[in-house]
Amino acid sequence: MAEEAIKISGKKKSSFIDQVKKLLPEGGNLNLCLTCGACSSGCPATGLEGMDPRKFLRMAALGMDEEILKSDWVWMCTMCQRCIYVCPMKIDIPQLIFNARRTKPRDERPKGILGSCNMALKHDTCSAMGASEEDFQFVVEDVAEEVRNTQVGWEELQAPVNKQGAMYFLNQNSREPVTEPDEMVPLWKILHLGGADWTYGTKGWAAENYCMFMADDESWKHIVEVKAKAVDDLGCKYWLNTE
Amino acid sequence: MIRDGRLKVNSDWNKDLKVKFTVQDPCQLVRKSLGDPVAEDLRFVVRTVVGEENFVDMTPNRSNNYCCGGGGGFLQSGMPEARRAYGKLKFDQIMATGATYAITPCHNCHAQVHDLSEHYDGGYHTVHLWTIICLAMGILGPNERTYLGPDLAELLIPEIKEADE
Repeated sequence: MAEEAIKISGKKKSSFIDQVKKLLPEGGNLNLCLTCGACSSGCPATGLEGMDPRKFLRMAALGMDEEILKSDWVWMCTMCQRCIYVCPMKIDIPQLIFNARRTKPRDERPKGILGSCNMALKHDTCSAMGASEEDFQFVVEDVAEEVRNTQVGWEELQAPVNKQGAMYFLNQNSREPVTEPDEMVPLWKILHLGGADWTYGTKGWAAENYCMFMADDESWKHIVEVKAKAVDDLGCKYWLNTE
Repeated sequence: MIRDGRLKVNSDWNKDLKVKFTVQDPCQLVRKSLGDPVAEDLRFVVRTVVGEENFVDMTPNRSNNYCCGGGGGFLQSGMPEARRAYGKLKFDQIMATGATYAITPCHNCHAQVHDLSEHYDGGYHTVHLWTIICLAMGILGPNERTYLGPDLAELLIPEIKEADE
């Protein structure tokens, strides 16, 4: 459906796309668009807020910074990278989106994502739901004991916490320990039968990282560092994130 | 673990039931990380536990799969209408398979695909991969069945100790 033509001023006023190009390897190929539309035709976000990936890129290329940066569409693109996958020129539109998220003042980014990021920064657990080290350890040990006491053949089931030198450090999304702890059990059983040498850690156990989605680089970095340190402190060889 | 026999799984339980399953390729795991080989591994596991004839792939799939709309923070962004409009493509893709179960090996996908079925009244169930693996081995405990439909909720429940033990 044709809408009114977009009018642009004669002089290019852009700086946003140029700044992003400086950050990306090969400038993210952001100059190479053939306008074929393969990105938009296979993008589930096409049409939301009257936007699509090709339109966003073309508007950025035309210097329409104000128009694209005020759009909520940057929070509706999930940065799934299907547009890159189908693009003949491998243009990195998701990185353009990520950097557009960053242009909004921190407090004006979506409240849910902001709240989840802020909550994760409060504890070394990195839990976006605010679960503490003690709560997590209690829930895991309580659920494991319940299974050992009630299910025939599972008297030896372990869900180790802070096991020094385990091969695998396993992350856990906060939703299970906080709201549906029994959902953790099937994975423990599989690891048990497979003979895996694994552990949770009271620090850095939470798998989610909303600071990344919020494009808050400093907080994102902090969360990753806390988690990586937890893995190193326990001397684990592999870090498994089921997220 | 399945290939070297540590996990003894098979699809005998579903030979007569013929419950149909599809699988969501998580963008993060497949397209953005390990690519089509891990999508093949995923299908090997799913086919082994539900039976070759009971697995129905979505179209498109693997690295070319559509995102469900749960990623990138969308679930927490406070934009449920937009998120569900985004997810309609995924919902239609799942419905076209005719499967009654969607296996989602990613936490975000699980939450979103589950919500899409509720919202659009799709009637399919959304399960973690480990749930079906344990079901097939007969080791899925009675409290570990939240996401199973009524057709599988009572199937192969393992032995429980007497309360007075």
